[in-house]
Amino acid sequence: MAEVVMRIWRGDSEGGEFQDFPTQVSEGEVVLDVVHRIQAEDAPDLACRWNCKAGKCGSCSAEINGLPHLMCMTRMDTLPTEEPVVIAPMKTFPIIRDLVTDVSFNYEMARRLPPFAPKEPGPDGTYRMQQIDVERGQEFRKCIECFMCQDICHVIRDHEENKEHYAGPRLFIRYMELESHPLDTNDRRELLREEMGLGYCNITKCCTEVCPEHIKITDNAIIPLKERVVDASYDPVAWLGRKILRRTKKTATEAANYRTDPKTVKASQ
Amino acid sequence: MAEYEQIDFDVVVIGAGGAGLRAAIEAKQRGLRAAIVCKSLLGKAHTVMAEGGAAAAMGNVWSEDNWKVHFRDTIRGGKMLGNWRMAQLHAQESPDRIHELEAWGALFDRTNDGRIHQRDFGGHRYARLAHVGDRTGLELIRTLQQRAVALDIDVFMETKILRLLKNPSGEVSGAVGYHRPTGKMMVFTAKSFVLATGGIGRSWKYSTNSWESTGDGHALALWAGADLIDMECLQFHPTGMVWPLSVRGLLVTEGVRGDGGILRNSEGQRFMFNYIPEVFAAETADNEAEADRWYEDHINNRRPPELLPRDEVARSINAEVKAGRGGPHGGVYLDIASRRSSEFIQRQLPSMYHQFKELAGVDITKEAMEVGPTCHYIMGGIRVEPDTAASTVPGLFAAGEVAGGLHGANRLGGNSLSDLLVFGRRAGMGASDYAESRTSVTTVDSTEIERIIDEARAPLAREGGENPYDLQRDLQETMQNLVGIIRTGSELTQALSEIDALKERVPNVSVNGGIAYNPGWNLATDLPSMLSVCTMVTMGAIERKESRGGHTRDDFPKADPALGKINFVQRINGSGECVVTPEPLPEMPDELKALLEEGAH
Ligand SMILES: Cc1cc2nc3c(=O)[nH]c(=O)nc-3n(C[C@H](O)[C@H](O)[C@H](O)COP(=O)(O)OP(=O)(O)OC[C@H]3O[C@@H](n4cnc5c(N)ncnc54)[C@H](O)[C@@H]3O)c2cc1C
Ligand code: SF4
Ligand code: SF4
Ligand code: FES
Repeated sequence: MAEVVMRIWRGDSEGGEFQDFPTQVSEGEVVLDVVHRIQAEDAPDLACRWNCKAGKCGSCSAEINGLPHLMCMTRMDTLPTEEPVVIAPMKTFPIIRDLVTDVSFNYEMARRLPPFAPKEPGPDGTYRMQQIDVERGQEFRKCIECFMCQDICHVIRDHEENKEHYAGPRLFIRYMELESHPLDTNDRRELLREEMGLGYCNITKCCTEVCPEHIKITDNAIIPLKERVVDASYDPVAWLGRKILRRTKKTATEAANYRTDPKTVKASQ
Repeated sequence: MAEYEQIDFDVVVIGAGGAGLRAAIEAKQRGLRAAIVCKSLLGKAHTVMAEGGAAAAMGNVWSEDNWKVHFRDTIRGGKMLGNWRMAQLHAQESPDRIHELEAWGALFDRTNDGRIHQRDFGGHRYARLAHVGDRTGLELIRTLQQRAVALDIDVFMETKILRLLKNPSGEVSGAVGYHRPTGKMMVFTAKSFVLATGGIGRSWKYSTNSWESTGDGHALALWAGADLIDMECLQFHPTGMVWPLSVRGLLVTEGVRGDGGILRNSEGQRFMFNYIPEVFAAETADNEAEADRWYEDHINNRRPPELLPRDEVARSINAEVKAGRGGPHGGVYLDIASRRSSEFIQRQLPSMYHQFKELAGVDITKEAMEVGPTCHYIMGGIRVEPDTAASTVPGLFAAGEVAGGLHGANRLGGNSLSDLLVFGRRAGMGASDYAESRTSVTTVDSTEIERIIDEARAPLAREGGENPYDLQRDLQETMQNLVGIIRTGSELTQALSEIDALKERVPNVSVNGGIAYNPGWNLATDLPSMLSVCTMVTMGAIERKESRGGHTRDDFPKADPALGKINFVQRINGSGECVVTPEPLPEMPDELKALLEEGAH
């Protein structure tokens, strides 16, 4: 049992301050265990999110000693105990209360994404795909939507105004996932460059470093996307080549309209 | 006067796990105004945690597989207590529901010829679980979530429903709740409602379930006058983590055993060979050599006893530990390290690998895991009509873990995810049909709404009362100790009186802080459903004087064939009392009975 001071941010959109909770830590405990004990014993109204307590749902993201972490996967014995353990809400998103932030920005960006539009299935009504072809997409589908990559990305962390036209690393991997999906027919590259702010990313790789799923966000998604987008806009020959090869891909405008047109959504059932 | 916002839809789905999302998608595709209400953010429901896979007899790995074998496995695994029609629909429709997910963007693991790969799981005769490594639930929920977003379904996140409302003619017409971030009260009116609220495991001390699994949907239905069935049938998963204490109960997927892992006691003995029950003797290997050959050749060998249905394995582990053959933390050993290569384990079971590495400091490619039973899944639930998912109250439908019937007395692994898809869709169809043909008004009574709001807010106004967390802890102790994996009559009666005593404490609960995002207050509003549901589980357990599936009575250790034909129906009667009534199980048609015979396929 070690004695630790937990310094937890308390407050709401109006403001707040850190509050110290001295506590005993038992063997094997994670930060979320300690936060839960504080809730149960000292501060029942201490707000935090959690669901799975196993690193699978991405609910419990917070900044521990200044860096984003999942509280449920951060063992207390990995943190220095001489100093207070500082727990703050994610900085990039507006605060609701205590450790809970308003992450609706991410849901809004996901809404603006032109959806998956599959090609026709095979004669037996099902699809054939090789393991090697689904693996690229599977890497990105490991994302648990903890939004810690969005939190650390300086493009929106330090510039609120960029949120209007910047999808952020979480969504970049989603674009790349669809881009590499063996069945998808939508072309989102123009949209990505013009409205989703891919150009703002200057490949600092901070997002990759914080990803709890170890997704290589920059190397496997952002950099290849940048290349493809450049292809699409500056190299008409290559672009035309792709168009012919992947004739079924749609243009950005078609892609954007796709979601709201019930006819096309129906068609993909 | 309490203030609230009122919104109207055609169909309102309560719950955003696999079942709720699938139901809402169905209603929206039909062109109805559909909404989803859920307690957490979208994509975080319990379904996200499912690991091993979704069972569907696609026959991709073993062409011998088909819906009839799946039907048989489900009914036999459920110890004959399952609803035959649900088991039939489930077995027949699961393959289409899995393929449909692919058309919505899911990327399942593949076979060599490019089809969806299927893995072995307990109680399934053939490798039948479509999966993505060991994160199948994430794939399922994300695919449905993205589909729901593409269809522009209205989602009310972090909103908890407290009560259902009926119109004067007794049809469910509204739901009262609150938005957790702001505390704002909300009233939803609609022509039909779907309950898809998941499980009840939060009331046990060691559980795989999240804070959301407080049995709200079971309670909402019960309070609205609906029937529940067989709530005593609760599944304890055989393999939960036991150490460190802070993660005790966390799930270790059955996929570990499906992929070759075996169970040993502290003496190194592969003890499951000593616990093969008569009914499964014909299909279970009785020696290690045959069991090991089975992984390569399912046709000429019988399956390893580690892959018996969950109730058998959980009871056996319990017995080994009781007999003093457990490990240092009260579990037994689950060993895949000595059986499969490190690469294989990391590829097939990546999240188990990380879970043990990061939380317990154990490398499962090198050492055995210590595991023990943990409260996992409720087989019992809202009584539904199989084809439409209609409850016994007009306008109210239910699907997923909250609905009863399909799994009988014991659920097979992988059958839940497919259940969510098959009956989520059917609930969406049933609710849409109902909404389209409904002509009566959806008027709700404002004085009733105000009474519900006042009651919910009362703990905030009270001072110096009891901490809701203390009540929750005491309930968890009671249920863990007295209504756990092995039960006896005297302990169950004691549990009932302890639950009653806890109910008396509820009106004295007080919480400090405001109404916005206040977990203490949120918990205070969960307590009534937890207590109602625990009462029903305990009463059912008292009535079922036999051992069957997930329900084991020390004082009635055998299955009673007469009770195997009985559903215990649980409801609140006209004078407000909880009652349990035995009712005969629907009779299975002869042609389906024939499928249950050994060698029928
Ligand atoms: C760790 C783990 C692993 C598992 N692995 C597998 C597996 O491999 N295969 C398998 O088949 N099954 C598995 N299961 C079981 C399966 O995951 C669950 O039974 C299933 O996901 C339940 O889905 P659901 O849609 O019924 O409800 P859930 O996913 O539990 O969702 C319930 C929803 O209802 C909402 N809700 C609840 N109460 C209210 C309220 N009062 N107001 C508003 N909303 C409310 C919640 O917010 C949530 O959105 C596993 C379970 C666990 C815990
Ligand atoms: S690499 Fe790009 S997306 Fe990632 S944090 Fe840096 S700027 Fe943001
Ligand atoms: S990409 Fe990684 S860091 Fe970003 S939201 Fe997904 S899991 Fe979290
Ligand atoms: S609680 Fe689910 S990731 Fe931490």
